[in-house]
Amino acid sequence: MSNIRTITAKEFRSYFDSPIAYIYITFFLVLSSWLFLRGFFLVGQASMRGFFGILPWLLLFFVPAVTMRLWAEEKKLGTIELLMTLPVKDHEVVLGKFLASFSFFFVTLALSFSVPLVISILGDPDPGPIWGGYIGAVLLGASFLAIGLFISSLTENQIIAFIIGITLTFVLFILGEEFVVYNAPRAVVPLLKHLGLGAHYDSIGRGVIDSRDVLYYLSVVVFFLYLNVRTVESRKWK
Amino acid sequence: MIEVRNISKHFGSTVAVQNVSFDVARGEVLGFLGPNGAGKSTTMRILTGYIPPSEGSARIAGHDLLEDSLAIRRRIGYLPENAPLYGDMEVVDFLRFVGTIRGIPPGEMRERIARMVKLCGLEKVVGRTIQHLSKGYRQRVGLAQAMIHDPDILILDEPTSGLDPNQIMEIRELIKELGREKTVILSTHILPEVSATCGRVLIVNEGMLVASGSPEELGAGLEGGGLLRVQVRAPSREVLDEKLRDAEFVTEHVFTKEADGDLHHLTIRGVDARGLGERIFRLVVENGWSLAELRLEGATLEDVFRRITRGEEA
Repeated sequence: MSNIRTITAKEFRSYFDSPIAYIYITFFLVLSSWLFLRGFFLVGQASMRGFFGILPWLLLFFVPAVTMRLWAEEKKLGTIELLMTLPVKDHEVVLGKFLASFSFFFVTLALSFSVPLVISILGDPDPGPIWGGYIGAVLLGASFLAIGLFISSLTENQIIAFIIGITLTFVLFILGEEFVVYNAPRAVVPLLKHLGLGAHYDSIGRGVIDSRDVLYYLSVVVFFLYLNVRTVESRKWK
Repeated sequence: MIEVRNISKHFGSTVAVQNVSFDVARGEVLGFLGPNGAGKSTTMRILTGYIPPSEGSARIAGHDLLEDSLAIRRRIGYLPENAPLYGDMEVVDFLRFVGTIRGIPPGEMRERIARMVKLCGLEKVVGRTIQHLSKGYRQRVGLAQAMIHDPDILILDEPTSGLDPNQIMEIRELIKELGREKTVILSTHILPEVSATCGRVLIVNEGMLVASGSPEELGAGLEGGGLLRVQVRAPSREVLDEKLRDAEFVTEHVFTKEADGDLHHLTIRGVDARGLGERIFRLVVENGWSLAELRLEGATLEDVFRRITRGEEA
C-alpha cells in the first residue's frame, strides 16, 4: 500500500517538476472554456450541456498526452530496470502510475469548476446535470487514463503512445454511437451500445447516476490496468 | 551468499547466457569480465530479478530467485548499466524516493541520505536536477541509490563507466571498502579494474563462463606469469644468490647474463605475483644494494582475457 502511495506521489510531482503540467492545464482550460463559451452566449441558457458535450472530444487528446510518458519514458531511458528491481510488485507500480495520472486529471478537471461558478452567477442552472456531468467526466477520464497508460506500456516511443492512445480511446468512445451501430449486424448492436464508452457518459450526464454505468466504467479501468500489469510482466516471459 | 546453478537465457534464437554456474561468498568482490555483449548485463538482470532465466536456478541470501524475488530484491542494491535515473528529479528527491521504497523509516531518511551524499561525494549536486549532471555524477548518484538501504549484496553493472581517472580511483576504493563486509558483483570490460578491485574474476564470452579465478591465478596460469626482470647493483653475486635463495617469497631466480661489473641481471619468480616487486625492492634496500631495473614480465590479465576471448595463441 505504501509503495503505491510513494510511486503515486513521485509520478504526480514529476508532472509539476517540468513545465508539462502547466502547459496541459492551460491548454485544457483555455480550450474547453473557449469552445464552450463561444456557443454559450448564443444559446443564452444557464446550462453546462455544451461543456460536457465538448469534454469527451477534448479528453480524447488530453488524456493520452497525460499518460503517454508514464511507461514509454521509463522504457526509453532504462529507468524501468531500476524501478522494477526495487522491492515493488508490478501491480503496485501500475496502480501508482494510474493514481498519479488520475490525480493530475482530477486537479485539471477541478480547475474547470470556475465555469459552473460563473454560470451560477449569470443565471440559475440546474445543479443535477452539472454534478452528473462532472461525475461522468471523472469516470470517462479514468477509463481513458487506464487505456492510455496501457498503451504507453507497449512502446518506448511517447509519440506512438500518444497517437495509438487517441486512436484506441476514439474507437472505444464511438463504438456505441448511432452511425457506428447502423451498419453493424443486429445481433451485436446491444453489445456495441453497451461497450461504447460514450453511451454511458451521456446517461450519467443527464444527472441520472445508474450503478450499472458506474460499474461499467470501473470494469473498463480494472480491465486495462490488468492488461497493463500483464504487459509489465511480459518481460518475465521465457 | 549467491549460488547460481546452470543458468541460461535465450531471447528468441539468440543465446545471451549459456549454462552459467558460480558461487559468491559473503565479503567477496567478484568481477565479471567480458567483451561487450558477452552476457554480463543479462546475468546481472537475472540475479536482480528483472528478468527470469530461461533455465537454471539461483539462490541468493537463502531465497530462491524465482519464488522469492521480492525478498531478494530487498537485500540487493543494483546499479544498472549506464545508471538510468529519473532525469527530472533532484538528486535528494530521487534518493528519498528510492529510500522510501526501500523501506527506510522517515526518521532515519535524512541521516541516510546525508551518509550517501558524503560517501559518494555528492555534496555539490544534492539540490540539482539529475538531467543536468555530468556522467560522473550520475554514476555516483546511481551508486548512492544502490547503497542507500545498506544492502548485503551489491550488483554493479559497469560502475566506473563514464568516470574520469580520479573518480575511477575513488569508486574502486569505495568498492574495495564495501567488499570487506558486503558481497559485491561488478561487471566491466576494463581489465585493470578487475585486478584493482576484485578478489575473484569470472571471464565470460558469448554467454559462457570461460575462466575463473583470482586475477593472479589467471595471470599465473599462463607461461611467464608473475615473472620479474630485475637488474641489481650488488657487490657480490654469491651474496645475492644466497639472499634470494633464503627469501621465502621467491620460488625461482635465474641469472640471465654475465654481470656488468657489479650490475647483475636476473629473472625472479615468486609464490605470489602480487607484491613480489615490492618485496624484492625491500630486500635490495635492506642489503644496501641498489635497483637498476624492476619490470613485470609476461602474462597480465590482459593477455589471459585476449587469449580466452579471441582464442589466440599467446
